[in-house]
Amino acid sequence: MISYSFHWNQAFKALPQMLDGALVTLQIAILSMVVGLAVALALTLFRLSGNRALSGFATGWVEIARNTPALFQIYMAHFGLGNFGIHLSPYTALLVGIAFNNAGYLAENFRGALKAIPDTQTRAGRSLGMTPLQAFRYIVLPQMLRVAFLPATNQMVWAILMTSLGVTVGMNTDLAGVTQELNARSFRTFEFFAIAAVIYYLIAKAVTLIARLFAARMFRY
Amino acid sequence: MIEIENVRKSFGQLEVLKGINLTVKKGEVLTIIGGSGSGKSTLLTCINGLETIDAGRIVVDGTDVHAKGTDLNKLRRKLGIVFQQFNAFPHLTVLENVMLAPVKVLGQSKAEAEAMAVKQLSHVGLADKLKVYPSRMSGGQQQRMAIARALAMSPAYMLFDEVTSALDPQLVGEVLDTLRMLASEGMTMICVTHEMKFAREVSDRVAFFHKGVMAEIAPPEELFDAPKDPELQTFLAATH
Repeated sequence: MISYSFHWNQAFKALPQMLDGALVTLQIAILSMVVGLAVALALTLFRLSGNRALSGFATGWVEIARNTPALFQIYMAHFGLGNFGIHLSPYTALLVGIAFNNAGYLAENFRGALKAIPDTQTRAGRSLGMTPLQAFRYIVLPQMLRVAFLPATNQMVWAILMTSLGVTVGMNTDLAGVTQELNARSFRTFEFFAIAAVIYYLIAKAVTLIARLFAARMFRY
Repeated sequence: MIEIENVRKSFGQLEVLKGINLTVKKGEVLTIIGGSGSGKSTLLTCINGLETIDAGRIVVDGTDVHAKGTDLNKLRRKLGIVFQQFNAFPHLTVLENVMLAPVKVLGQSKAEAEAMAVKQLSHVGLADKLKVYPSRMSGGQQQRMAIARALAMSPAYMLFDEVTSALDPQLVGEVLDTLRMLASEGMTMICVTHEMKFAREVSDRVAFFHKGVMAEIAPPEELFDAPKDPELQTFLAATH
C-alpha cells in the first residue's frame, strides 16, 4: 500500500539552489577533465619515453585508476592524505580524486588512439627535419586527439556523474551535496533526488551534444 | 655530393647491405633497380639517417651522416625523401601539409611558407587542390603533394623510394612526369624504382642491386643494352 504523498512544490522551490549546485558540479567536472587531460598526456609521453621509471610510474597510475573504485580514490584524496598531514577541502579532494581517475582512463584511451596512427607518419615528419617532439606535437598528437575525442567525451560524462560521490567526503555545494542537505532537512527524498537526476541527465546530454557539434566542426578531414 | 663508402647494414641475422660504394655528384640522376630485398630502399633510409649503419660511412656535402655529433634534423633539410606510401598528414589540408615543416623547422613566416607551398604545389600540378584534405585526392595526387612537401624545404638532394609502387597503373604516369620534370631542372636525385623505361630515360647512371651488393653501375644505355652481370641479365629478361 503506497501512502506516500508527493510534495513537488516544496521541491521546486529549492530549484534555484539546486541549479547553483549544478554549476559547481559542472565546474568540478570541467576542471577535473582539464587536469586529467594534461596528466594523461604526460603519462602517455612517459610511456613513450622508453625510460623504465617513467613508464612504470605511468602504468602504475593507469592500473590503479582503472581498477579501484572511484569512491576509494576520492576517499584517499580526502581522508587518506589527511593521515599524512595533507588536508584537502572536500572540494579539492573531490577534484583531485576525479582528476586522478580521469587521467588513468584518458591515458589508456590515448594509448589505444596512438596505435591507430602508423609509424610512417612520424617517419615522414622526421624526414622533413622535425625533432621527435615536433613530429609528435604537429603530426601524431592532432590525429591522436581526433581518435580519442569521443571516448574522452564519455569520460567527461562519467566525471559529471562521479562528482556525486563528493557527499561522502562532506561536499555540500555541488548538486548532489545540495540535494542531500535539502533531503536531510525535509525528507522529501524522492522529489529532490528525482529533480537532481533530471538535472544530471540534462547536463550529460548537453555535454554529449556539444561535443558532437564541436567534433563536426573541428574534424573535417 | 653524396659519398657512400663501404656501407654495411644488417637486420638481425640478415645482412641487407654488404659493402656499398657509391658517389652521387651534384646534378646527377641516379636510379637504383633490383629485386625486392636487394637493399636498395634500405640504402635510401641510411642516407638520411632514418636507419643506422653497421660499418662504413655516408658523407653528404662533407657531413658524416652517422657520426656522433651530426645534427640529423638539420642534415635532413637538404635531403628530401618521398616514400612508397604517400604519408600525407590526413589532418591537414594540402597547403598545410606543405607549409608545416617550413614554418616549424625552418622558422619561416606563414606568408613566406605559403608562397613557397603554392609555388611547389603549382609546380606539381596541384594548384587547384590547396584547401582540400588528402583523403579527397587520388594516390597520384597525394604522391605529388608529398613531392611538393619535400621540395618546399628547398633540399639539395631528392631521394625517391619506389614512389610509384603503391599507385594504380593509370596514376603512375603523372608521378613519373613530375620526376622527369625535376630531373630536367637539374635536381640531384636518387630514385629507387621498378620502372625500367623511366630509369632508362632520366638517369645519368643506373645501379643494379642484388642481395645487398651493387652488382653493376653504368649509364642506362650500357646497363640496359649490354648488361655484364649475369644476375642483371636474368633480372632484365624477367622484367621485359
